[in-house]
Amino acid sequence: MGEVVTVTGLNLWYGERQALHSISLAATEGEVLALIGPSGCGKSTFLRTLNRMNDLIPSVRIEGSVVVLGEDIYRNGMELAELRRRVGLVFQRSNPFPKSIYENVAYGPKIHGEKRRVELDEIVEQSLRRADLWDEVKDRLGASALRLSGGQQQRLCIARALAVRPKILLMDEPASALDPRSTAKIEELIAVLRGEYTILIVTHNMQQAGRVSDRTAFFCDGALIESGVTSDIFTNPQKKETQDYITGRFG
Amino acid sequence: MTRHLDREIGRLKEAVLNLSALVEESVYRAIRAVEDGDAALAKQVIEEDAIIDQREVLVEEECLKIFALYQPVAIDLRFLVAILKLNSDLERIGDLAGNIASRAKGLAGLPRPSGIIDFAPMFAAAKSMLRGSLESLVELDTKKALEVIRSDEALDEANRANYREVKSLIRAYPADLDALLHYLSVSRYLERIGDHCTNIAEDVLYMMEGKIVRHRLDEGW
Repeated sequence: MGEVVTVTGLNLWYGERQALHSISLAATEGEVLALIGPSGCGKSTFLRTLNRMNDLIPSVRIEGSVVVLGEDIYRNGMELAELRRRVGLVFQRSNPFPKSIYENVAYGPKIHGEKRRVELDEIVEQSLRRADLWDEVKDRLGASALRLSGGQQQRLCIARALAVRPKILLMDEPASALDPRSTAKIEELIAVLRGEYTILIVTHNMQQAGRVSDRTAFFCDGALIESGVTSDIFTNPQKKETQDYITGRFG
Repeated sequence: MTRHLDREIGRLKEAVLNLSALVEESVYRAIRAVEDGDAALAKQVIEEDAIIDQREVLVEEECLKIFALYQPVAIDLRFLVAILKLNSDLERIGDLAGNIASRAKGLAGLPRPSGIIDFAPMFAAAKSMLRGSLESLVELDTKKALEVIRSDEALDEANRANYREVKSLIRAYPADLDALLHYLSVSRYLERIGDHCTNIAEDVLYMMEGKIVRHRLDEGW
């Protein structure tokens, strides 16, 4: 299993403020890597550098190397649409388009040129099945996505991300707005997708990081403090800052 | 800021320290009962073992409650696991003190045997291991814990020497058989106390270092 994400010496500034300090971190093919740390520690910023979502903010400046699926994604001429196809992002708050369930999932493949109805039907079904939503919505694919429950909407967003056949899924607190049952569904889904996709997940829920991830990286004040096998991090972290954070000893 | 968990852990620590004080006292008195042939003291030790048993259950319940309510990780998790394990070692040491006291009672009713085994060094070694393991727990002192683990072999050897000694004394003084068998049991119980002290010391090491040293002390510890 090779590295599909290799970040080396990554510095990032929002205007004058440096948000990431010399981050070096890699993700291996098929693993689930959890990013944990207090609010404002840079974990979401880090996640967003991996499909260049930070480019949308004009004042952002980046140094260092970010290699994703063998490509330096900050090189000139990098094809962003293709990068974002291969590196999907699922947000904290589900954000379905105000369209039908079907259209939400078919949207990505369509803008990537798939026009054949049969193919699209197939992709929609497969993606919804993978996101464990198919059985709940198969009889109402034409209904508005906004009528789904919060947990269903989030799984729809995952199906939408899967529809363009990504290699990597970035999840930014995908379950933080969900009740325990919907959260469990998302976590089960991560367990199923693990292996086939490389998943980087930002979470504030320590137990969730423990349950779903193979490795955990702890960020604090824009720096990577420690990363390692999740069971090691949660039984015997090597850094005091990590221990203080995961055991809830703040300040 | 004090965490709720810290208050729980503080209470638990206190309960374990109380339990260990009871156990230590019990072992000391059991040994004294053997040394002095004091049947009344022995009886007291046996009766008071019930208190130790109750306290052990309380500590265990407290641990389980904290696991369920707080889902502890890292040092908190290791602390609780170590407490849960050494709690049963403490209870077992209490039982062994009771067993020694039973032998003391038996010995008190018998004539003094002609051949005497010198238990003083073994008593001292067992007491020192018990003291060391409890101190390593109270002071979270890995150095002391290691000393305890390393000194177990001496107690094992003393037990083997006693076994040989008892065998030759039985041959020499067959009339003392009953008393000598009591002594042999005392020796074995002390040796077992040493084993439990070693367990406690290993749990303290795990708590502090996050490494399980059981069965692999040779690997650089």
